[in-house]
Amino acid sequence: MRSLSNNLATIERAQRLRQQKITQELMDKDTTVMFEDPLENDMVLNMGPQHPATHGVLRILLRLDGETIEKCVPELGYLHRGYEKIAENMTYHEYIPHTDRLDYMSPMSNNTAIALAIENAIGIEAPPRAQWIRTLVCEVARISSHLMAMGATSMDVGALTLFLWTFRERENIYDIFELICGARFTTSYTRIGGVANDINDDTLKMLRKWLNHFAVELRRFEALVNRNRIFVERLAGVGYMPPEKAIALGLTGPCLRGSGIARDLRRDEPYLLYNELDFDVITNNDCDVWGRYLVRVTEMKESMKILHQLLDKPKTGDFMLDDAKNVLPGKSQIYTKMEELISDFMLVNFGAMPPKGETYTAIESPKGELGFFIVSDGTGHPWKLKIRSPSSSNLQALKFMAEGSMISDIVAIIGSIDPVMGEADK
Amino acid sequence: MEQWLVQSLVLGLKMFLIVNGLLIAAAYLVYFERKISAWIQNRIGPNRVGPLGLFQSFADVFKLYLKEDIIPTLANKGFHAIAPVISIGIAIAVYAVIPFGEYFYLGGEKVYLSIAPHINVGLLFILGMSSVGVYGLTLAGWSSNNKYSLLGGLRSSAQMISYELSMGLSLIGVLMISGSLDLMQIVQSQTGGQWNIFFQPLGFIIFLVSAFAETNRTPFDLPEAEPELVGGYHTEYSGMKFGLFFLAEYVNMVTACAMMVLLFFGGWDVPFLYETLGLEQGSVLRALVQFGVVVGKMIPFLFLFIQTRWSLPRFRYDQLMSLGWKVMLPLALANIAVTGIIMMIFQ
Repeated sequence: MRSLSNNLATIERAQRLRQQKITQELMDKDTTVMFEDPLENDMVLNMGPQHPATHGVLRILLRLDGETIEKCVPELGYLHRGYEKIAENMTYHEYIPHTDRLDYMSPMSNNTAIALAIENAIGIEAPPRAQWIRTLVCEVARISSHLMAMGATSMDVGALTLFLWTFRERENIYDIFELICGARFTTSYTRIGGVANDINDDTLKMLRKWLNHFAVELRRFEALVNRNRIFVERLAGVGYMPPEKAIALGLTGPCLRGSGIARDLRRDEPYLLYNELDFDVITNNDCDVWGRYLVRVTEMKESMKILHQLLDKPKTGDFMLDDAKNVLPGKSQIYTKMEELISDFMLVNFGAMPPKGETYTAIESPKGELGFFIVSDGTGHPWKLKIRSPSSSNLQALKFMAEGSMISDIVAIIGSIDPVMGEADK
Repeated sequence: MEQWLVQSLVLGLKMFLIVNGLLIAAAYLVYFERKISAWIQNRIGPNRVGPLGLFQSFADVFKLYLKEDIIPTLANKGFHAIAPVISIGIAIAVYAVIPFGEYFYLGGEKVYLSIAPHINVGLLFILGMSSVGVYGLTLAGWSSNNKYSLLGGLRSSAQMISYELSMGLSLIGVLMISGSLDLMQIVQSQTGGQWNIFFQPLGFIIFLVSAFAETNRTPFDLPEAEPELVGGYHTEYSGMKFGLFFLAEYVNMVTACAMMVLLFFGGWDVPFLYETLGLEQGSVLRALVQFGVVVGKMIPFLFLFIQTRWSLPRFRYDQLMSLGWKVMLPLALANIAVTGIIMMIFQ
């Protein structure tokens, strides 16, 4: 009983401290110049965690002077599910479905990232066919995620129609995902050493058909808003993020490239098949919401280019690595070979065991650099798994972008950062 | 029967018809808005309640009636309750002076297609009433004791005051041409295809833009901007109180369209129509055709209102203000000056 009340007191004190910290940061004033203001016209506005514009459960505290934001303090953590801790209590293989729930706008990228990270830790590499499939689904996921960002940005500035148009296209992408792996949203498609199943030719044909259809649709989307003066004026010059600051804050992905810095892991540290592909790294020197919007739209076109290249040159062969020590062997092998039976038993009960050591593997997910830092102690569970999620890093830029802008701008800024809270809060 | 009794009966009937007609029109506008937005957005739209979903609006209103009416604990209850009444009341009151046609004889009695015909301050009454209408929104925003509502209420008052000016000024050109504030006379001065749109194109454009702002429709729907202000001034309203705001918005939209038709598009005038059909002045049939013409002319504008809403983004507050004060107001003033000079020369 005594310990319970002690605990409660500790929690209360922690909450009070947290509240104090927020308030202090919110009210922090520039004391170098003081004006005697007879009218106390500040207002503290609490946006979120349940607010239509915060894309999930992001909470933002704003100090407003009229409609102008004087101070902005984002508070993260409302969707914290302890995914890094959960990883320590399960085998590597069991953790793959959990990555679907990180950035749920592009689960395929996360699946690929964790699979690459685990393979890197173990020291194996998936066969060409699996790599080809992973590159393919990663790029489809990028289009899906960027479509969401494009629609959400336009919805936040009031153009509701584009949002529904982009969702119609995302629906088609989900249909393709369903054909690829049986699930539309939580795909869990990759496995250690490959993918769950091969893609058949009908699905590829459907994908190509959709690509041709989407090229036309994307032109329609752009025709609706890109030359609309209200739309451009709402986005241009808003949420300025200078390149130096963007690097200092550790922004990645379209947020960084929207500030004019050409960093893309697909080109800089190629993984999968990206060094065989011809694509451009899109940047924009506007450093504002409009720049980031354009980067995303152009990246979708680059992704389409990549997808066409991939579909033109398919790789053949096995979609799973033939390495019974680390990769689950097929059922036919288990029933016929002793060695494989033992491996299967070991893998199912104790998991694939990477050697002792630390590895960091990152991919260019649609939102930015998605990395998994794995500390292995030689057992089947990670000793520590740290997720370097692009959304939480990118969200650090929010307060610098928002201060000094209007209250209507903050929704556009959040839309341009394109955070997914599942990933930001982990 | 005595004269006054007949007159008051006719008046009561007219009021009944106009108020109910308006509410039904608003309900169907909601239906068409949903249908048109669905067509624009690759959707189907309401199609479950009744044939083609035609009874959807009634189902919605019925639902609103049944919903719990929540008043926030810290709200100013009196003002919170009266704000929607002001909104809808003012929106409907404007129809006292809006004519839908000329008149017809019914048993020797001259019946006008307007509740209060030949009011010599007709146009001023409409402008004045729409100014009062802003109280509904401001009070709603203020009395809810919610910061989002407050911001919405403040935005609406600032927006309405700014655009009221250019709206009023854009109509002065029309008044100079027709020489009257009486809506019936303004329409009669446009007889024979001499519609004001041909003499006042700039005035019409300014009026159109201001009308969008006055009715809080996209791209000027800042008071209720969902992304940032949740619901704006009506965030804390539920049930039929919310429904009244909703209806008021659509009634205001009908009013704006009616004003455009009457002031700029000749009202019930269609060149050679009545002569070709051989309809006599004062016959019931002629009045009916006139009513039909006014409503028919309003439909394209209503469609424009709806289509714009689903294809344009929303302005930002400062952009809205600079458009109102730096573009609309000078243009409206220039329009008056140019109209005056041209009238001087051609007199």
